[in-house]
Amino acid sequence: MSNETTKDLIKSGAIWGFIVLELIFFSVAGAYLSLSDNAFMDLDNMLLLLKQSAPIGIIAVGMTIIMINGNIDLSVGATYALAAIVLLDSMTWPIFAGLGNWVIPVAWILALLTGVVLGAINGIIVWKTGVDAFIVTLASMLGYRGLVFMMNGEQPTSHLNWTLVDFAEAQFLGLHTATWFLLAVTIILWFVMTRTVHGRNAHAIGDNREAAVNAGIRVGPHIVINFMIIGFLAALSAVVFYSESGSVNPNDGMLYELWAITAVVLGGTKLAGGYGSIIGTFGGVIAIQLLRKGLGHIGADTETVNLVIGLILIAVLFLDRQLNLKGEEELRV
Amino acid sequence: MTEQKPVLRLEGIVKTFPGVRALDGVDFDVRPGEVHALMGENGAGKSTLMKVLAGMHQPNEGRILIDDKPVVMTNPIAAKENGVILIHQELSLAEEMTVAENVFLGELPRKRFGLVDWKTLDDRVGTILKQLNCDFGPRTRIGSLSIAKKQMCEIARALTHSAKVVVFDEPTASLTDSEKVVLFDIIKDLQKDGVGIIYISHRMEETFKITDRISVLRDGAYRGTLNTAETTEDEVTHLMIGRTLDTSNGTNVSNRGEVKLSVRNLSCGNLFHDISFDVHAGEIVGFYGLVGAGRTEIAETLFGLRRHSHGQIMLDGKEVTINSPVEAIANGISLVPESRKEQGLVLGMNCRDNMTLPQISDLTQGPFVSGGAEVDIYKDYQKRLEIKAPSWRSIVGNLSGGNQQKIVIGKWLSMKPKVLIVDEPTRGIDVGSKSEIHNLLRELAGQGYAIIVISSEMPEVLRVSDRIVAMYSGRIMRTFSAAEVTEDSLIHAISGLGGTDAAA
Repeated sequence: MSNETTKDLIKSGAIWGFIVLELIFFSVAGAYLSLSDNAFMDLDNMLLLLKQSAPIGIIAVGMTIIMINGNIDLSVGATYALAAIVLLDSMTWPIFAGLGNWVIPVAWILALLTGVVLGAINGIIVWKTGVDAFIVTLASMLGYRGLVFMMNGEQPTSHLNWTLVDFAEAQFLGLHTATWFLLAVTIILWFVMTRTVHGRNAHAIGDNREAAVNAGIRVGPHIVINFMIIGFLAALSAVVFYSESGSVNPNDGMLYELWAITAVVLGGTKLAGGYGSIIGTFGGVIAIQLLRKGLGHIGADTETVNLVIGLILIAVLFLDRQLNLKGEEELRV
Repeated sequence: MTEQKPVLRLEGIVKTFPGVRALDGVDFDVRPGEVHALMGENGAGKSTLMKVLAGMHQPNEGRILIDDKPVVMTNPIAAKENGVILIHQELSLAEEMTVAENVFLGELPRKRFGLVDWKTLDDRVGTILKQLNCDFGPRTRIGSLSIAKKQMCEIARALTHSAKVVVFDEPTASLTDSEKVVLFDIIKDLQKDGVGIIYISHRMEETFKITDRISVLRDGAYRGTLNTAETTEDEVTHLMIGRTLDTSNGTNVSNRGEVKLSVRNLSCGNLFHDISFDVHAGEIVGFYGLVGAGRTEIAETLFGLRRHSHGQIMLDGKEVTINSPVEAIANGISLVPESRKEQGLVLGMNCRDNMTLPQISDLTQGPFVSGGAEVDIYKDYQKRLEIKAPSWRSIVGNLSGGNQQKIVIGKWLSMKPKVLIVDEPTRGIDVGSKSEIHNLLRELAGQGYAIIVISSEMPEVLRVSDRIVAMYSGRIMRTFSAAEVTEDSLIHAISGLGGTDAAA
């Protein structure tokens, strides 16, 4: 029993320990290597870091519930781009011309609906065809990206609404709007996954699908709901980011699915499903962003950042495997 | 007792699978408050019958009556709603979730907004666990429990419903003696509440201890029901086997040579203990026992797929260390695995490539594989084993089961092994090819190979073996010579009777 709790502690605590390590390392290394005079752990720098974590963070939280459920969603990056275009484009549509600033909530709702519908399409295909979610969303990733290019060709879609920009740049209690969204999404989904029947059933489906079916859980609807949630979150992430930037390139959001999955895995969620932690994913997102920012701080370029993150991911998965192996051998004796 | 009306009646159940008549008009009934044992050899149809009852299979003919009303079990949920609870032999639990969540899987109590009512859940599961004398709480993670305790969780699941019929499928397979006592108490309590219990077990001793009636299936057909109090183990055994003793094993003339393989005191965790035996050149040693007795695990250990914790393996009198299949092959041990399609063959590859797979690196000319040498080997073994395939280019997946098995055997023979281990040599093979494989094994023994055959089919073991090792619960109970073995004594030995019960 005590072994079990230690293992759990290591599992859930590892990512936070890693974050602390990063903070110490970059603070110390930054003092020698950094070209700027600012300390790495400067408050403004940290607040900015949280804000920058939001776009991938919001998606990663959604990816966690998909992966706990035993699926995966590769189409989130494309969904993100499509929702962004709907957001910016719809504000210029003639039918909304008389709305003034009321066009903002309308555009938001349209963008979020886009995400929900795209997610539902994924979920229903996975449910009804029984094809693996990896394949289904690989196809929809290509398909949705195709739609993005059909909307506006290679051209960026741009529209700046200054009220919206003000909202997006606002700070409340020091935290940026995007940060608040990330925190809210994290807390709500943590609650859903740990406290609601839907959340627990999703765990059961990912853990042992046959047992779930035998117990009379309707697997399909739970899967669809989770895909709708991640579609919604991909769109929400776009809404939060593009409210401020006001311009979307057709290639935006590419590789977001991989960054999200990386954060989820770093946060301790099992690739095979059944076990995972929303809070852990939040930690994973922060850890990745710290690494990017920190390496930038000490003068490394983007390529180095990607290499280091790749190495760390392999190290984490290896450690996780060792940890689990040990656990099983102990059980056997 | 006879005047009581049955709570559950199965009438003329027929279930066919492609090519197999798994159940052939089976009748069965359970009265309230009785424990009714269902017995039969492996593959007799017990599990299929219970799956029909639990709505996991639909019968082709026949009907199910509960309280004299016909019901249709379309799925496991319908069965549950009709008061039929099946406690699975293979545990069906979500490992990363808590005991409480598993016990109420699919039926978590709710509050407003779809929230889980944890308090009710904990209270109800806590009460049930206390009733079962479990020493773990509702919040324990399933993955941290032993198999026996997981079994208790499965049983706890049954107690959450007002069950009319509870099916225990091999419930004691992984329980210790003290846990068995608890289980039998639970069964008695259920009996008092008027629940009808179907008890599936291979173990005569406990069957006689706790059941009221015993029904026997053989080859998918109902063979009769006996009152436990009025029958004997021999009578039940006889019904199960259904034949008079088959003593025509004299054909197994062995030309036994020197000892090829010796195993001494081999143990591996709780899978098997203290296993010692010899295999001589030119003889077949059959390993017989129930599923889970540890036979396959011994084979896997000899082939380097598992590590043993104690003991020695000696080949030609020299001790060898085998930690991987590569080392096993290098030492001359070959394994024809239990499941041909998953472990033995690359189904999409042709006959020649499958047969030469393990030795392909020895058949090279420069950097290239010599196709000609491969064909020579294939043709040689095709002739010797009488493999019926159109050509060496035929895709193995298109061959019959018997010919597929010959390809696997040929593959390992072409490696010139000292010891050949064959696990379930005729699983999924039709009757005609079965005897061909049996004859082939005998011939190979005649040519001086040392062979171990693992089988769950008694006629097969009796037919091919020179000696038979009877296993129960990870231990060797007895070793028989072909001359002295009888079906009764063999069944006794593998049921754990007359020997020390290997409670962990």
